[in-house]
Amino acid sequence: MSTLVPFEFDEPRVMQTGRGRRSSPMTWRWRDRFALVLAWSAGIVLVLVAGAIVAYFAFRGVQYLRPSLIFSRPQISASQAGSGGFLDPLLGTMVLTAVGIVLALPLAVASAVWMSEYGRPRWLARVIESCIEIVAGTPDIVIALFGLAVFQLSFMGPFSFKASGGGIYGRSFLAAGAMMSLIALPPIFAATRDGLQAVPGHMREAAFALGKTRITTIRRVLLPSVRSNMATGVTLGISRIIGDTAIVVLLLGESLRLESQGAVPGLGLLRGTGSTLTSYVFGNSPAGEGAAPQKAYAAAFVLLVFVLGLNLLVERIGRHQERATGLSVATGAV
Amino acid sequence: MLARLRKPWPDVRAERMLGAVSCLLAVLVVGMVVFVAIHAWPTFSHNGLGWLGSGETPETSFEKMQATSVNPPPSAYHLRAWPLLYGTLLTTVVSVACAFVVSLFASIFIVELAPERLRRLTIPVIRLLASVPSVVYGLLGVLVLVPFVGNHLVTASEKASVANTIELTGAGLLVTVVILTVMIAPIMIALTCEALASVPSSWREGAIALGLNPLRAILAVTVRAARPAIVAAAVLASARALGEAIMISMVSGGRAFKPNLDHGLLIFLYSPLRTFASTIVDFREGISAPALGSSLYAIALLMLLGGFVLSVCGYLIKLPLRKYQVRG
Repeated sequence: MSTLVPFEFDEPRVMQTGRGRRSSPMTWRWRDRFALVLAWSAGIVLVLVAGAIVAYFAFRGVQYLRPSLIFSRPQISASQAGSGGFLDPLLGTMVLTAVGIVLALPLAVASAVWMSEYGRPRWLARVIESCIEIVAGTPDIVIALFGLAVFQLSFMGPFSFKASGGGIYGRSFLAAGAMMSLIALPPIFAATRDGLQAVPGHMREAAFALGKTRITTIRRVLLPSVRSNMATGVTLGISRIIGDTAIVVLLLGESLRLESQGAVPGLGLLRGTGSTLTSYVFGNSPAGEGAAPQKAYAAAFVLLVFVLGLNLLVERIGRHQERATGLSVATGAV
Repeated sequence: MLARLRKPWPDVRAERMLGAVSCLLAVLVVGMVVFVAIHAWPTFSHNGLGWLGSGETPETSFEKMQATSVNPPPSAYHLRAWPLLYGTLLTTVVSVACAFVVSLFASIFIVELAPERLRRLTIPVIRLLASVPSVVYGLLGVLVLVPFVGNHLVTASEKASVANTIELTGAGLLVTVVILTVMIAPIMIALTCEALASVPSSWREGAIALGLNPLRAILAVTVRAARPAIVAAAVLASARALGEAIMISMVSGGRAFKPNLDHGLLIFLYSPLRTFASTIVDFREGISAPALGSSLYAIALLMLLGGFVLSVCGYLIKLPLRKYQVRG
C-alpha cells in the first residue's frame, strides 16, 4: 500500500544526452513533442493546483480568521454572530491526536522491531505485514463503523459516553482515538521498519560482541539510531489523524462542545464526546447543518496551516537525518 | 513491578512479547472483518443477491428502515443497492482513468525531465497535495466549484430539460471526479516515480545511443519496463478513491441517481449521484435503527472486500517485475 512505500530519489536523473549534441525537440516526431508538452504541463499544472488551493485558503483565512474565533467556545445559536468560535474543536483535535498516537506508537514500534529483528516464524511475519497493509488500505469510514460495533458491545460500556437512557452510545474520545491509532499505525510502522533495515549490520554485531543480548541491543543501540525515522512516522501519523473526518463524525458524537462523562477530570474528558476541526468544518459547510461558510473557511485555514507545518517538519527531519548519518529517511508520500 | 520491568529482559521473553503485540494486529484485522460481517449479515440474508440488483431507490428504502422499530420485520430489510454500486464504480473508474494519465506524465516530468531546482519544488508540493484533508477538498468543492458549475456551466435550458427527474445544482459527477482526481493523483505519482526511478538509467541511455530521441526512449524503455508497477499504482490508488467518503458526500449531490447518457454528455457530467462511502456518512444518524445499520455495515463489508481484492491485485500485477530485479 502507498504508505508502506518510500518516496525518494537516490541520484539526480536529469535528462542528459552526453557531452555532445543535444537532441532538439524541434526535430522530433509530433507525437513525441506532444508527449513532452503533456509531461511538462502535467507537472506544472499540479504545482499550480496545489499553489492555488493554499493561496485560496490563505486568502479566506486572512479574510475570516479572527483571534476571537480561536479563543471562544462554540455555542448553539440561531445567528452566526452568536455561535462563537472553535476553541473546543481545536482542543478536541489535540486530545484525539494525543490518544491516537499514544495508542499507535507502542504497537507500531513493537511490531516493526519484531518484524525486522526477529521475524520468525517467517510465515507469521508475512501474515502480519499483510495485515498492516490491509489496515493501511482500509477506508477510514469502514474503520469507523468497526469502531462503533466494538465500542457498542456491553463490556466496552465504561469506555464511552452513556446515552441519556443509560444505553451504550459507543462514542467517545477513547473510541475515536483507538480507531485513529489504526490510521496512524501504518506510517509509523513503515518508517520504523525501514529505519531498522537501513541500520548497518555491523552496529548489531558490535553490540553482540560486547556481550549485549538482542533486546538490549534493540533498546540501547537500534531504537536510538532510528529515532528520527520514528519521528517522521509519528509526524505522518499526526497529519493523518488531524485530517480525518469520517471517524470523528461517526465516533466522536458530534457534540459541539467537549462533553465530559463522569466526574473524574481527565478520564471524564476521554469518555466524553466532542468535535474536532475537521468535523467543525464539515458541520459548518453547506453539507452540514451549520451553513456558516466563514467559520468553515477559518477552521479549514487553521487545519491547512497544521498540515503544512507537519509537512515541513517531515522534510526537516529527513534533511537533518541525512546530514547526521548520510542515510536518507524513507518518508511515505501519503 | 516497575523495577522488574526496568531490568534487562531475557531475550526469549522479549521476543515473545514483541511477537504477541504483532499478533494483536492480525487479531484486530480478523476482528474487523468478523465484526463488520456479523452486522452485515441480516441484510444479506433477507435480500439475497437481489441486494445488488436495481429496483426501489435506496433513499426510499433507507427512510422506511429508519421508521421501523427495534425489532424490524424481515420485509424492512428490503434494499436494492445497484444505484449506489453504480455511482461508486463510475466515480472510481473515471477519476482513476483521469489521474492515471495525469500522474504518468507528471511522474515522467519529475523523474526524467524536470531541472533539478524545479524538481526540488515539485516533490514537496505534490506531497502536500496528498496530505490536504479530504474535508478541505470537500469545502473547496462545495463552496467554490459547485456554485461555479451550477451558475456558469449549467445552462437554464439544460436545467429545464431534466427538471422533472433531477435538479442540476452543479453538485455531481463532474465536480466529484475533478476533486477525486486531484486527491488520488499524488498517491499514483509517488508510486509511479519510485518505479520509474528504479529502472536502470543505462537502459534508457542504451536506447538513446541506438538513435531514439530522449522522450521516445523514456516512453519505450523506462515506462515500458515499469509498466506493471504503474498499473499497480493505479489499482492501489483506486482503493483510495473507493473509500473516499467525506469529500464525495459534500460535493456529489447526494442522490442515488444513476448518471446516464440519455440526455447527452453534459447532463451526464452534471447529474448527482451517491456512492457507497458517502451513503454511510449521509445516513450515519440512523445507524441505530437495526435495518439501516445492517445495510450500512453491508456496504462497509463490500468496501472492505473491494479494498482487499484491489490490494491483492496490486501485488499480483507487480509480480512480473521480479524478473527484472526492479523494485516497484
